Amino acid sequence: MSTRQLTIAQAVNEALRQEMRSDDRVILMGEDIAGGAGVDAPEALDAWGGILGVTKGLIKEFGRERVLDTPISESAFIGAAVGAAAAGLRPVVELMSIDFLGVCFDQILNQAAKIRYMSGGSLAIPMVVRTALGAGFTMAAQHSQILYPILAHIPGLKVVVPSTAYDTKGLLISAIRDEDPVIFCENKVMYFQTGDVPEEPYTIPFGKAAVRREGRDLTIVAISRMVPAAVEAAEQLGKEGVQAELIDPRTLVPLDHEAIAKSVAKTGRLVVVDEANPVCSMASEIAAFVAENCFDSLDAPVVRVNAPHSPVPFSPPLEGAYIPSSARITAAAHSIL
Amino acid sequence: MPFATKPKAETARPTEVTPDLARAAYERMFLIRTFEETVKQLYATEKMPGTVHLSTGQEAVAVGICIQLKPEDYLTTTHRGHGHLIAKGCNVRGMMAEIFGKATGLCHGKGGSMHIMDPANGVLGANAIVGGGIPMTVGAALAARYLKEDRVAVAFFGDGAANQGTFHESANLAAIWKLPVLFACENNGYAEATSVKYHLSVEHVAQRASAYSMPGAIADGLDFFDVFEKTQAALEHMSAGRGPSLVECKTHRFHGHYEGDNQKYRTPAERAAYRDSLQVFRERALTLGLIRESELASIEKAVQELVADAVAFAKSSPFPSPEEITTDVYGIGSQ
Repeated sequence: MSTRQLTIAQAVNEALRQEMRSDDRVILMGEDIAGGAGVDAPEALDAWGGILGVTKGLIKEFGRERVLDTPISESAFIGAAVGAAAAGLRPVVELMSIDFLGVCFDQILNQAAKIRYMSGGSLAIPMVVRTALGAGFTMAAQHSQILYPILAHIPGLKVVVPSTAYDTKGLLISAIRDEDPVIFCENKVMYFQTGDVPEEPYTIPFGKAAVRREGRDLTIVAISRMVPAAVEAAEQLGKEGVQAELIDPRTLVPLDHEAIAKSVAKTGRLVVVDEANPVCSMASEIAAFVAENCFDSLDAPVVRVNAPHSPVPFSPPLEGAYIPSSARITAAAHSIL
Repeated sequence: MPFATKPKAETARPTEVTPDLARAAYERMFLIRTFEETVKQLYATEKMPGTVHLSTGQEAVAVGICIQLKPEDYLTTTHRGHGHLIAKGCNVRGMMAEIFGKATGLCHGKGGSMHIMDPANGVLGANAIVGGGIPMTVGAALAARYLKEDRVAVAFFGDGAANQGTFHESANLAAIWKLPVLFACENNGYAEATSVKYHLSVEHVAQRASAYSMPGAIADGLDFFDVFEKTQAALEHMSAGRGPSLVECKTHRFHGHYEGDNQKYRTPAERAAYRDSLQVFRERALTLGLIRESELASIEKAVQELVADAVAFAKSSPFPSPEEITTDVYGIGSQ
């Protein structure tokens, strides 16, 4: 495979483009995923290509029939994706910001997630909700949340949290080909980070963690944007002679319990890093799993590193202090070494 | 046990109420009535699980609309959906078994009365969230058009759901995309225990259609013939590619919101004054010479046997095994 550097945003775009080329059933819906709808001027077409330009150019290749700009009606278009999936399509919808879950949650929580079950398996909902999440753009409390723990809590949904451009493309292609509703979490501050991405389409299986760094002294499990922060922390710890093993789960549902247990069996120590608010977070879930299943392997208490239990603050220094930093991860590691 | 008459239009939509169609309509209406009254009795005497919301009194709406649908047309409905499902052709054995929570139910006992789904008959689900199924209907219509399939999608909803955001968002979306969605409002006068005189800002839900540039008709929901006629016009509008349509059917809910409802919000006199859609049908069909008394009697007898068979089937069916709790959460090969 020939490989080149792409941003995470470009990796999303390429995955969508390649799947739309190979499968006519794939359609896109969302707010301003092209932009300029209803404006009769050639330059208005694809005015935005998504609020951050992630879907730019797709309407020019696939047309308005497959790239549908929607009104600001998240319940209607996410619900429409549920219905379209039930009726034979593979819709990929964009929930511009995961915070907007608040206005459409029923369609995800009670409809998409439960239809396979309530139908006794006779009706599948193969759809993807792409959504941007995370703090770091000084967008404050209604545009910066993480919220994936709420979604991971709901049986019937799968939750994907890529942290590299390579994983983004492979996991998104897997999500589009999956038979279940998938929430695909794109961390907005990572969109313009680059990485090696093969040109050809490829898939990455769900439920398989990536070991980003091997080590024998300590396990760090980090999610989404916390992966690069944990890399930095592991490098610092390395300078101190502590070999940290870094695990990126890549998907939260399904979660690669085996990879986490295997690493903890080796190191005996665990720090879990999760930008979510702490109560009922993924860090809590992973800590509980390890406490229940790996107790005999542990040489120290499990430590969670989360954002504080507060909304995301606006003021830049406060937001900066809110997001878990590599220094906090390093300090957490020190506390159990 | 098959229907005595053809269950629904197999190819083209019917253009008029012929004697054949009248017989089929009466069979379906009487089947809904018998099914619902049987469920009412079983709920009281047989420890039927969960809760049930009966559609007795609303039969003409379900049948007046669904008798014009093709098997492949899509339908979503509400917590009060038994009638719509029967009218669309769902198997009553599978429905009754589902309501009993049995493994032989249409959803293997995982859905129950409020969540019966039957994709083979175009039924994308009854729905226990008021207004929850309406957006799905828009998506099904979108898929049908995209796939160049000659299907329409019908969203049954009540007067209560007319106040949900999903109704308004979906009406707008279907209208701007000119999708073949029939918004079928079953206005039975009450959202749970609250009267439309209180909860609705307009006199008729149909008035709201104009806000979305779609036709909004009002039908006498107790008169099969009027529902048929208004629906036919709506379907013609939709089939011509002119987008969605709304038909509001004014009807009555004979029983409470749920079985056990004290119904203190309406008087016995109000209930006694309700017209009976079956009686309305019989009188009109007999007057028009579409059906004979003897045919009514034989249809009723066949339907009673059909429902008795469904009850026997449901009662004798096994419950699902405990292992079923965690199946069908995800697709095969998934987690």
